[in-house]
Amino acid sequence: MKLAIDSGGLLTTVQDLGRWGFQGKGMPVAGAMDRQSLRLGNVLVGNAIGAAALEITVLGPKLTVTDGEGLLAVTGADLGLTINNRSVPMWEALFVTAGDVITFTGPKGKGCRAYLCLSGGLDVPLVMGSRSTYLRGKIGGYRGRALKTGDCLRTNAASLVQAGIGFACPEPLRPLFAPSTPLHVVLGPQDKAFTASGVETFLSASYVISNEADRMGYRLEGPAIEHTSEADIISDAIPLGSIQIPGQGRPICMLADRQTTGGYTKIAVLASPDIGALAQRLPGETVRFEAIAFNKAIDAARVEGKAVETLLALRSSYRSRSRPLQTSKSGTWRIHVDGKPYDVSWELLNG
Amino acid sequence: MTRPSTPELLHAGDSCLVIEFGDTIDLTVNGKVQQLRRSLEKHPLPGMLEMVPTYRSLALYFDPIATDTDRLLQTVRELALATEDFPSGGGTVMIVPVLYGGAEGPDLQTVASHNGLTVEDVIKRHSERDYYCYMLGFTPGFPYLGGMDETIATPRLQNPRTLIPAGSVGIAGRQTGIYPIDSPGGWQLIGRTPLRLFDPDGEPPILIDAGLWVRFQPIDRGEYHAVTEAVASGKYRPQISPCKEDKR
Repeated sequence: MKLAIDSGGLLTTVQDLGRWGFQGKGMPVAGAMDRQSLRLGNVLVGNAIGAAALEITVLGPKLTVTDGEGLLAVTGADLGLTINNRSVPMWEALFVTAGDVITFTGPKGKGCRAYLCLSGGLDVPLVMGSRSTYLRGKIGGYRGRALKTGDCLRTNAASLVQAGIGFACPEPLRPLFAPSTPLHVVLGPQDKAFTASGVETFLSASYVISNEADRMGYRLEGPAIEHTSEADIISDAIPLGSIQIPGQGRPICMLADRQTTGGYTKIAVLASPDIGALAQRLPGETVRFEAIAFNKAIDAARVEGKAVETLLALRSSYRSRSRPLQTSKSGTWRIHVDGKPYDVSWELLNG
Repeated sequence: MTRPSTPELLHAGDSCLVIEFGDTIDLTVNGKVQQLRRSLEKHPLPGMLEMVPTYRSLALYFDPIATDTDRLLQTVRELALATEDFPSGGGTVMIVPVLYGGAEGPDLQTVASHNGLTVEDVIKRHSERDYYCYMLGFTPGFPYLGGMDETIATPRLQNPRTLIPAGSVGIAGRQTGIYPIDSPGGWQLIGRTPLRLFDPDGEPPILIDAGLWVRFQPIDRGEYHAVTEAVASGKYRPQISPCKEDKR
């Protein structure tokens, strides 16, 4: 499949699960901000969970399928997906073909990042093992930058496209974007650098996401968190989701495009599923933190893993009643329009 | 040199473990970081994703779903306790050729004047010592080097430059370093290397590794062009040589 980008939207980048393996060499990981939505979207269209897709931020792009056909699924935040000017469901594998126009009318509720997955995955060069765009380094993805008008994308070849039409992700398997839910953290690695009242402030206060919030990290505003003495440490690694507290005492949550090392104390690290939950929030929204034990965080990560496994199992037993293309001279296809099934009969004329 | 304390295992979320060997920047502590890194490279544990060695700690990233975390913690603790007290290095040094001064090192004279030295003295003092790469960070491939002669220490520029070309070798306070990519910065630039410290399509993509020693070797303009061409055509092989003195 080939796609033309008629407009790029606010910030649309190619992302997979990130450029792992080079953090020790100073190379940031990048990758999807909400990894679970990407994984589930890829399962919906029959891809490997880490295939490259589009990460769409708040205001989506306009795309035209210029060649070929395949499956499309949009997961993550509801940003108003339409195909040929008709509202179509998210979290479902939809069949698209040359001439189809994909647009986004704007955010419909919770969340700010959507993932547009196409069968076969996006075909952009692999850079250091990943197709993710690292914007500051200008590498990976589509020419190391966000999409803009005039760009052209293509997907890798995909098989069994017809059989997957209409496959949807059941609601209980989708991540929740509930703005009032506290985000779970595991305290450490430098929680001992804070006074008891500093930790208490961190776990009880309400913080607001500031305007300095991007793929690299979110700066929060709210009560200062008290250090015992120094706010600086000898530089060490910055894990995904870690919460730095610099000298002025306000948290900075470090996300996908974070630098690999830094010298601020890290009071806690977000539990894996809550990293995506934070990444779906926008400046002005509030954040509260709740400490959980290491083992509980592992359990939460496993619940996410189980959701992916369940969806994979459902897909392997799913067979669309739309038949695959065949070479006989007549037949009937079942197609879905706005979620309703229609049988279309056809026969070869002058055959 | 401070004696390292007992290694501490610190949780950093559900996907990362930090093993801290001390609270100082020195060769003994970093040597332990490198020993643990090497033993885990040799015998990777199931679920392990990657490691980030820094000055005094090793971060170990793992997949929380695929890892037996109890076993991981126990094995890492045993390996960390088994590390020995000797400085890292193993006695090998990578040669980094540098064209000092001129347009490539516009601040060489400033560094000389600031320290009451001649330009030749600065080049000699900068290139006669071997530097230890404690860690990489800041930008892809940026080496944090330790061991500069303090008689050439010079404060950063009052007014940082907006563009410093990749390969620039500079001094900032008591630190020396090499810019792997074009970036803004305030370091005093004394020269440039024709080597590419960061090349996303290269093999390996990043030239200098933590735990390696680095020696700057003064070259002239002719050699600079020859090496530049060799690097561009993929024919350059980094020179590895024994250290001048036994680092252990």
